[in-house]
Amino acid sequence: MRSICLYFQVHQPFRLRTYRFFDIGADHYYYDDYQNKHIVKRIAENCYLPANEIMLNLIKEHGPNFRVSFSITGTAIEQFKKYTPEVIESFRKLAKTGNVEFLAETYSHSLAAFKDEAEFMQQVKKHAETIEQMFGVKPVTFRNTELIYSNDIADKVYKLGYKMMLTEGAKQVLGWKSPNFLYNSRPHPQLKLLMRNYQLSDDIAFRFSQSSWGEWPLTADKYLNWLNIIDKKQDVVNLFMDYETFGEHQKAESGIFSFLKALPGIVLNSKKWIFRTPSQLADLLDPVTTLDVPYNISWADEERDVTAWLGNDLQDEAFDTLYSVSDIMADCDDEELIRDWNRLQCSDHFYYMCTKWFSDGAVHHYFNPYSTPYEAFINYMNVVSDFLIRVKEYSENRIAGGKPLKKVEKTEPAAPQKTIKAKPVKETKPAKPKAAAKVTTRKAK
Amino acid sequence: MKVLMFGWEFPPHITGGLGTACFGMTKGLLKHGIDVLFVVPKAYGDESQEAVRLINASDVTVKMREPVFQDYWNQITFMEIGSNLIPYVGPVEFEKMVAEDLRSTEEKMNPVFAERFTFSGKYGQDLMTEVSRYALIGATLASEQQFDVIHAHDWLTYPAGVAAKHVSGKPLVVHMHATEFDRSGENINSNVYDIERKGMEEADRVITVSNLTRNIVIERYGINADKVFTVHNAVEPIEKAELADSEKHVKEKVVTFLGRITFQKGPEYFIEAAKKVLERDQNVRFVMAGTGDLMEKMIRRAARLKIASKFHFTGFLKGENVDRMFAMSDVYVMPSVSEPFGISPLEAMRSNVPVVISKQSGVAEVLNHVLKVDFWDIDAMADAIYSLLHYKSLTTMFRQHGTEEVNNLKWENAAAHIVEVYNQVYQK
Repeated sequence: MRSICLYFQVHQPFRLRTYRFFDIGADHYYYDDYQNKHIVKRIAENCYLPANEIMLNLIKEHGPNFRVSFSITGTAIEQFKKYTPEVIESFRKLAKTGNVEFLAETYSHSLAAFKDEAEFMQQVKKHAETIEQMFGVKPVTFRNTELIYSNDIADKVYKLGYKMMLTEGAKQVLGWKSPNFLYNSRPHPQLKLLMRNYQLSDDIAFRFSQSSWGEWPLTADKYLNWLNIIDKKQDVVNLFMDYETFGEHQKAESGIFSFLKALPGIVLNSKKWIFRTPSQLADLLDPVTTLDVPYNISWADEERDVTAWLGNDLQDEAFDTLYSVSDIMADCDDEELIRDWNRLQCSDHFYYMCTKWFSDGAVHHYFNPYSTPYEAFINYMNVVSDFLIRVKEYSENRIAGGKPLKKVEKTEPAAPQKTIKAKPVKETKPAKPKAAAKVTTRKAK
Repeated sequence: MKVLMFGWEFPPHITGGLGTACFGMTKGLLKHGIDVLFVVPKAYGDESQEAVRLINASDVTVKMREPVFQDYWNQITFMEIGSNLIPYVGPVEFEKMVAEDLRSTEEKMNPVFAERFTFSGKYGQDLMTEVSRYALIGATLASEQQFDVIHAHDWLTYPAGVAAKHVSGKPLVVHMHATEFDRSGENINSNVYDIERKGMEEADRVITVSNLTRNIVIERYGINADKVFTVHNAVEPIEKAELADSEKHVKEKVVTFLGRITFQKGPEYFIEAAKKVLERDQNVRFVMAGTGDLMEKMIRRAARLKIASKFHFTGFLKGENVDRMFAMSDVYVMPSVSEPFGISPLEAMRSNVPVVISKQSGVAEVLNHVLKVDFWDIDAMADAIYSLLHYKSLTTMFRQHGTEEVNNLKWENAAAHIVEVYNQVYQK
């Protein structure tokens, strides 16, 4: 039987309070506790709790044939502990069934992989420890922030000991190839890759309640028909989406929960499909071929690249400014500084500064607490300015106290090729990406 | 289609943004095949004492007819009416100005016009009389000229537009560039308000320069929303030599307010924000360029806040000095309390100066690459100014995208929307 792999992302950033320049050096608390509490509680009520309840019932009903996987960020876990411990409890119940896989990622949903390899490694370890502590299982599958992937990142992930990784089935990488196979990475063939089927994933995540969509309303039967048209040789359909799809992005009134309840039963009754987790698939399937991904891909926007987070002048200045203290933070033992360092690295802050107004602007707007990217930038820069002052004071105090910072040996990671876009592979010429890559690299110099 | 248009000024005889707007608009309309018959009152002074001014005015008029303008002029039938209409002043100020300048004035008429009309006696000494006289002229013109639509700009010309409609039976479009609430806050002149309201009621369509103004028209004048349409203003592309940065003689960054120092422009919020920035950063100077009834109060306030050594008043700036001021500026701020549109931020952006504008301005509706704050939120305003001075990517972004954004605000496009409004009422 062929496989369906369900993976849901659970993430909440620490949103910043309005922080004016005259607060710099005067006030060191950066977070909008009221807003964070309000949002986390609302989403718990609309999504996490009812959806977990449904998942638990589905597992009880279908037993080992129904499995799901989650990735829950460290910043989300911190906020659940603080504001909605019942959410943690409901995930623990799911963990106890043994049918749920928890994935590893960066603790604070960060973009550290682009800037600071040591920090990236450290964050992944910290996240894995947190997950093991919370749910009793050590993660064995990795997903990077926003499914961002490249050869360079694959190398780091492999070094951390992971054998399976999730990413986007981006057209510019797959070309004519189908996402419904297991692949492996170019730098380390032992690292296997599951590619998101964005068509079928987005039918649920983005289009489910769009009455203007030709396929609206979407039913479980119709969805099964779509699954069944897929070529019989294709092994696995990867449905990856934000968990907030259920009840938050797609409201309960849209019928999303009924769909979620009905789909597994209908799919399993067809006797053609079974739900498996990434680590099961790693054991079950053999990779069909190697994927060479010289440029960053992600699951965001039409471009499936990293331009939602990095690349415009605002994002780059903010990103560079924050990581200007990464040397000091690598050997920092001040808990409050570490807390803020983690929270400020969260990719959401850079997402708020995105200026791609016209294409995916509507989606961005939903996730953005600021009315313009400029406001987001100003607020963030004010906060980071204060943070830098504190880090520098800390560093000076360490030196004065006779405990200078350790020099951390670091290899400068390759910068994200944010301005270069990988060209889509032409259908007839699978050899093209390498050639195209060489040309663009040359241009970049 | 032929349009009889009533305005009150036209380049180069301009005292405010309206003349520039009308000029751009008529150029835009011509591109859509609209013939414009533009009627404009023209102020002349006393023959003896005001002769110098008169000659200067004539000089500019001649310039206007030089080849640069000829293309447009040939297509627009241009008339001048002897009148004292002065834009942007209410009846009280008008009376003062007229009293000073025109104590015993003989009528001075443009010859073209004089052949047809004989005004007897003196100019009217109050604005309302002038408005009424302009209406008479409107009616007379309407009976003599062939046209399809009447288009009147701002309240001074509404009675003329209404009169023309009554005489000709042609549809009337009135254009709201500024309401009495924008000019006077809550202390409105009820005569002006009545003329505005009556003009809009009689009109077949009302065009507003922003949604902000549209809302005022609907809510405060009770005009039927179905006939009110927003057409945002545009700007003419400029081709002037860039003034070098070397014009700047101070080492500090310069933050500029440029406009009339009146209630409407929110100068006090600029001063309070300046104080907040200066408390943290002494490496900046603030400039308030312009003049107005609140100027002395602002000077006193700056002194009281003890920021006068970093806060400068230039008085009224004109022409080249405006450009020079922009060239010296690192940030331009328009903190208007109420601004129907607001063209000055666009001029600043064209000069590569990043801008902070109040959300209470019409221009905020069409700009993305600017910082927008509520005029009363001096914390946010100070924060915006500080950020532009300290976080360099903001300036980079604004320079990169702002110019492009401004260049896309073309009169040709705005005129297309005006033509759509004409077509709604045009009787073939």
